[in-house]
Amino acid sequence: MATNEVVLALLRDGPAHGYDIKRDHDAWFPDTRPLAFGQVYATLGRLERSGLVEVLETRTEAGPERTVYALTERGEQQLSDWLAEPAGPAASSAEEIVRKTVAALRTGANAGEFLARQRAAHLRRMRELTDQPPDGDPAARLARDHLVAHLDADLRWLDLAVERVAAGRGTNDHFPATPEEANR
Amino acid sequence: MTDHPAEPVLEMTAVEHAYRRTVALNGVSLTVEPGEVVAVTGPSGCGKSTLLHAAAGIVRPHGGSVALLGHDLAALDEAARTRLRRSRVGIVLQFGQLVPDLSVLENVALPLLLDGHDRAAAYTAAEAWLDRAGLDADRDTPPAELSGGQGQRVAVARALVTGPAVIFADEPTGSMDTIGGEHLLELLLGAATNRGAAVVLVTHDNVVAAHADREVRLRDGRVEAEAVLR
Repeated sequence: MATNEVVLALLRDGPAHGYDIKRDHDAWFPDTRPLAFGQVYATLGRLERSGLVEVLETRTEAGPERTVYALTERGEQQLSDWLAEPAGPAASSAEEIVRKTVAALRTGANAGEFLARQRAAHLRRMRELTDQPPDGDPAARLARDHLVAHLDADLRWLDLAVERVAAGRGTNDHFPATPEEANR
Repeated sequence: MTDHPAEPVLEMTAVEHAYRRTVALNGVSLTVEPGEVVAVTGPSGCGKSTLLHAAAGIVRPHGGSVALLGHDLAALDEAARTRLRRSRVGIVLQFGQLVPDLSVLENVALPLLLDGHDRAAAYTAAEAWLDRAGLDADRDTPPAELSGGQGQRVAVARALVTGPAVIFADEPTGSMDTIGGEHLLELLLGAATNRGAAVVLVTHDNVVAAHADREVRLRDGRVEAEAVLR
């Protein structure tokens, strides 16, 4: 799971502290396991050491100390590099493809281009698999069929994403950053 | 001898077409090279079938130009377009479009007979293509008695029997089970690999599209995206 990049995407909308990041993460991916606070801070520490985020301020008003983190230029670059690279088209990439697509739509990346790149990557992988059918070995063929079926399911889901993007907005290419924004 | 790069099989430029007030094609350009397999995909109503019909000269587009096998289709009269299609183009339409009063064997032999081929040779070739297409019905069956999948096998045999330079196929495996569809698709694609024919496939099926060298994705009558898959 690309937690590093997802945290960078969560900071894309502006500086935030660990609690905000955890809350927004859980809102972005309501059907996955909530992000543990320990994981949030470990990730932020790792990203800070790599120069991808920086500490903006530490607030010590009433209550616990809260450190506000912001994306650095390098962090911004890392995020756009990650989004520009299609997820590895394999059966096991289902989770990454969902994360990447949601992050791309939420952060206002060009949805049409993102989805087209991902579709092309999936079709290419499918073509590689269908190009060399394992002749005479039904089991191997079934294993390949399984991979192809998963890629096909991903592709149908990407098509649905395109439809939702087209139906959910007029002319711009932007999904709301949070569910709250969508309901405003 | 100079080696000339092969001329494109199909060159569509800024093609526009509408049915009454519904715009089906809104400035589509598409070039297909010999031996290339192109999948045209997109949601229902995006203009896929109209594009295929315009490319094959079945409909005359309201705007833009279509050059098929070096012929500007707008400059050909109906008879000349029919001759071109019959001898050098194979077409598989969505619902087979077989001649209802002829048997399946006669349907497949028909393009060869109309093109002046010897009768016995035409029937032998038709029989061979029906075998390759895996038709499990009697050769004198009328089209009305075929299942959807059998009709598609006959339509593919008829499209390939003349050894065309280009094949246009609209959902060629639409009524077939997976394994039957794979077989028919292999037969169509074999025309590209074995004889260098160009194949343009209209499909909503990702697995079919993944057999192409290139995907052209339409939306609202325009090319939304193109991807090289080879």
